[in-house]
Amino acid sequence: MYVAVKGGERAIENAHRLLAHERRGDRSVPELSLSQISEQLGLAVDRVMSEGSLYDRELAALAIKQARGDLIEAIFLVRAFRATLPRFGATEPVDTGAMRVQRRVSSTFKDIPGGQVLGPTFDYTHRLLDPGLAQGGDPEDPALAATSDVPMPRVTDILGQDGLIEPSPAAEADAPVGDLTRDPLSFPAGRDLRLQNLARGDEGFLLALGYSTQRGYGRNHPFAGEIRFGEVEVEFFAEEIGFAVPLGSIELTECQMVNQFKGSATEPPCFTRGYGLAFGQSERKTMSMALVDRALRARELGEDVIAPAQDEEFVMSHSDNVQATGFVEHLKLPHYVDFQSELGLLRKLRQEFADANAAPALKEAAE
Amino acid sequence: MSGDTALQERRKGAMRVLAHVPSAEIGARMAEVTVPPHRELRAAESGLVMVRGRVGGDGAPFNLGEATVSRAAVRLDSGQLGFGYVLGRDSEKARLIALCDALLQSPEHAQAIETRVVAPLRAQVQADQQRSAAEAAATRVDFYTMVRGEG
Repeated sequence: MYVAVKGGERAIENAHRLLAHERRGDRSVPELSLSQISEQLGLAVDRVMSEGSLYDRELAALAIKQARGDLIEAIFLVRAFRATLPRFGATEPVDTGAMRVQRRVSSTFKDIPGGQVLGPTFDYTHRLLDPGLAQGGDPEDPALAATSDVPMPRVTDILGQDGLIEPSPAAEADAPVGDLTRDPLSFPAGRDLRLQNLARGDEGFLLALGYSTQRGYGRNHPFAGEIRFGEVEVEFFAEEIGFAVPLGSIELTECQMVNQFKGSATEPPCFTRGYGLAFGQSERKTMSMALVDRALRARELGEDVIAPAQDEEFVMSHSDNVQATGFVEHLKLPHYVDFQSELGLLRKLRQEFADANAAPALKEAAE
Repeated sequence: MSGDTALQERRKGAMRVLAHVPSAEIGARMAEVTVPPHRELRAAESGLVMVRGRVGGDGAPFNLGEATVSRAAVRLDSGQLGFGYVLGRDSEKARLIALCDALLQSPEHAQAIETRVVAPLRAQVQADQQRSAAEAAATRVDFYTMVRGEG
């Protein structure tokens, strides 16, 4: 229990004033603009949009500026903002197969229709700090090459043609889509709720859990069947218009993890799969998400639930960094009354301890 | 009926283009056409839509996360109703899209909107997308097999 304590108003006001001063930093250094953050710290913006669960580059950039680069604080700000706007409805499900691909790689097939497109990636860089970048200056324009009209089917679609991989669970007509922003979580949770939870879950938490499955805590033998990043069109069916309205496009990253087989007496063995999808270019996040999604399917696939990543309640209850930081950080709020009662109890116990130890001595002395 | 479908496709096509263009550029193109009297049926407002994905890319839908959206509705004095829905919090853009949508349904104005606003912006959007595609294409891997030398 914590109680409101009067008397701190002036201190709080001045603390916030000092925070604003520190946020601005040395005033002889030019102030950051939102477009600078959005354009030059794009992956931080992507993470805040993903975990803030709100696609809006400008708002995410503002949150990062206001939070002094503390991304979890920024995610918190974005989540609080989303609660202030009305929701018009849900979009038509996006078609990642029709993505305008900027990057698409597969670790399972060298020659995939549409090819391997590296796009803007840190892969194959030497991870050496670049003194040239410290100086600044414009980089070369990107190279251009002829484009082709060859479609880029998802790698899982190609495997699916031969029945080598399980199909995605089909949509049930008129089945409601679970929404954890509207209804409290209950367990067991469907795959829809699990994916929503993971999509907004903390990247570090999912990374650690995904890593744990690779190290043997719920091993599921993954291959990165495909990772793709690019723009997809979003459409929204508006009642008053009577057709699905194009809203524009958003950037998404998708990861299809291909995992060890399952089979039964009645069904031939086939690869299983885990899925990751997130706003922006969020490759580590979607790969981790796909590993954990697959791990959470343990019960469905008849595997023993023995590791943290397979424990739905554990994963889903601890993945949200806004909830987690709220509960951890509330420890620094005044707990004076709680602590006083603990202190009172401790004094009593110590007194009892002292009395009990003093008693034999007294007895001896008396004898 | 087929006339309705064709009109609907034209309206969707225009929305698809305009959604990708900053409002200042739509406004600049609109300044070149005659805009008849109209009023805002619904003041432009911002809100959210829940963006949905599909399990595995092609399976059952799930809620991925929300996006900001602006919307507006405009009625021409001649009766046509236009709607604008667009990602982001730019309510002026939603209003301009709604106005274009209404004008596209007016036999008198459709042609001018199509040729002087939508067509040039479509070319611009396609050029931007083509450029991105060409940049990505330059990073496509051309695998070749190392062949051992003769003898």
